[in-house]
Amino acid sequence: MKTIVFAEHLNGKFTKSSLEAVSYASAWSASAGGTCIAVTYGNIDASVLGTAGASEVWKMDALSSADGDQVTKLMLAAQKESGANAIVLSHDLVGKSVAPRLSVRLNAGLVSGATAIPAGNTVKKNVFSGKAIAHVTVNSELSIVTVLPNSYGVNTSGTACPVNAFSAEVGSARVRVKEVRVEESESIPLPEADKVVSAGRGMKGPENWGMIEELAKELNAATACSRPVSDIGWRPHHEHVGQTGIAIRPNLYIAVGISGAIQHLAGVNGSKVIVVINKDPEAPFFKAADYGIVGDAFEVVPQLIAAAKAFNATK
Amino acid sequence: MKILVCVSKAPDTTSKITFTNNNTSFDEAGVNFIVNPYDEWYALVRALELKEAQGGNVTVLSVGGADYEQIIRKALAIGADDAVRIDAPESDALSVSTHIANYAKDKGFDLILCGKETINYNGSVVPGMVAELLDMPLVALAAKLDVANGVATCEREVTGGMEVLEVNLPAVISAAKGMAEQRIPNMRGIMAARTKALEVVAVENGASSTSVNNYEMPPAKSACKFVDPANAAELITLLHQEAKVI
Repeated sequence: MKTIVFAEHLNGKFTKSSLEAVSYASAWSASAGGTCIAVTYGNIDASVLGTAGASEVWKMDALSSADGDQVTKLMLAAQKESGANAIVLSHDLVGKSVAPRLSVRLNAGLVSGATAIPAGNTVKKNVFSGKAIAHVTVNSELSIVTVLPNSYGVNTSGTACPVNAFSAEVGSARVRVKEVRVEESESIPLPEADKVVSAGRGMKGPENWGMIEELAKELNAATACSRPVSDIGWRPHHEHVGQTGIAIRPNLYIAVGISGAIQHLAGVNGSKVIVVINKDPEAPFFKAADYGIVGDAFEVVPQLIAAAKAFNATK
Repeated sequence: MKILVCVSKAPDTTSKITFTNNNTSFDEAGVNFIVNPYDEWYALVRALELKEAQGGNVTVLSVGGADYEQIIRKALAIGADDAVRIDAPESDALSVSTHIANYAKDKGFDLILCGKETINYNGSVVPGMVAELLDMPLVALAAKLDVANGVATCEREVTGGMEVLEVNLPAVISAAKGMAEQRIPNMRGIMAARTKALEVVAVENGASSTSVNNYEMPPAKSACKFVDPANAAELITLLHQEAKVI
C-alpha cells in the first residue's frame, strides 16, 4: 500500500504534530510493505521528512501559504498522481480543516484522532473525551486518518530523502490571515508540551501562581489549569485542560490543588505519568495518579522547585 | 443575518461511560443527556449575541431521533428562534453532514455554526464536511467571532499565539472555548420554548463511510505511589530514575 501524508511547517520548521503524522504514515505503509510520500509546500528544506520515515517528498514550491481549501486541492492532486490508498494528516488545525473535505471529495472513510497504526481497515481512536477507546472500521477502498497529537512518537531513525517538485491547481485562499499575534512569553505552548504543571483552586488565588510557573520553568514544562480557575479568570482560557477545554497527552502531568473531577480527568488521562499534589487524601485524582503527595501545595511546591534546581545543576 | 447552529446530543459530562451488546454500543441506561457543550455554550450563545446586536434569526438543527427533542427544547429555551430535527440516525459524520448540507443548501444561511467537536465522539469532522458539501469556507476552532459587512473575523489559538482570520459569508465556523459564555435558560425562555416551531424533516438514511466496530475501556492505572510531603524532593528523583520522564 501507498500512503501520502501532509506535513505543515511554521517559522521554517516542520511542526511536531506533522512529524508525528509522517512517522505514523511511514510505519503504516511499511507494515503493509509499501512506501510513504510526504506532501508539503513553500520554501523549506523538506529532506528532513525522510528522517521521520518518508520515502520521498513532493513539494509545491510556488505556494508560500495555504488555507484549508488549498491544502485540500494539493492533497487531492497528490492522491491522484500517486494512486495512494491512504491519506494521513495530523489531527491539528490543518487536519481538522482538510481531512473532512478530502473524505467528502474522495468518498473515503475518515477516522479522526487515531492513536495507533490501523489493523487492517480498523483504526483505534479515543472517544468520550478519553474515557473510552473505539475501534472504527473504514468501509471504503481509500482510507483517511488523522493522528492525535502526542499519541505517536516521532521517528528519527530514517535518512534524508529526495524532494521532488510537485505542482497542482490550488486556486486562491478563501480564509485570509490578517494577523498572527505572537504571545510575548517564553512559555511552552500547551498542546505540544511534553511536560505540564497544572494547578487548580487549591492555589487560593492568581497571585500564588508564581511558584507554579517557577516549577514549570525548572522542569521545562508548560503551565495549565482546571476549569474553575479559568472560569473565574485567574488564568487564561487557553490554559484550561479538561473535557470542555483542551485535551493533552504529555509524558508528565503534575496537578497541584486539583481535586480531579471526571471532566478534568477526561482531558489529561492520556498523560503517560500523572503526579497529584493535594492536601485532601480523598481527592479522586489520586486514583488516576502514578505518584501522589498528600500535602499543602504551599509547602510541597517550594521543595520541588529546590529539588528540580538541584537536579538541573547536576545535568 | 440568518444563522444555523448545529447541535448534537451528548452524555452529561459527569456520566460514567459503559458499553453493552458485547461492547458494541454505548449503554444509555441512567445517562442524562445534554446539548453538546461546544455547540451550546459557544456556538449557540455567540449566534444569539450576534442576532441580538444585528438582528436576524437563529435556527438550531439536530440530526437524530425523537429522543433529541429534549435537547432541542433546551436550545430553544436558551433563545434560538426555531428548530429543525432531521429524523435520521446519527450513523457517522458523513451521514450527519449530508443531512445538514441537504437541509441548508437552499435556505440562504449566512453563517453555519457548530461546536468544534462532540464530547462523545470527539471527531471534529462534521463542520469540515458541511463546508465541503456546501462549497463554503471553513474556520475551524474559532475562539472569537465577529461579523460586519458580510465578513466574519475570527481569532483562534495557534502555536505560540493567536491568529486573526477573515472570511466572506456564507461560511461554516466551528466554535472553541472563548467564543461566548454559557447561558442558563430562565423560566420565560423555558415557557416560550414549548411553543416555538420545531420542524421534523423526514429523510432517507444517508450514506456512511465508517462504522464503530467495538469499544474498550482504557487500561487501568496501577496504584498510586505516595511520597512523604516532608521529603517532597524524593519525587524529582523518582521522576528521573523510575518514571524516566525528566
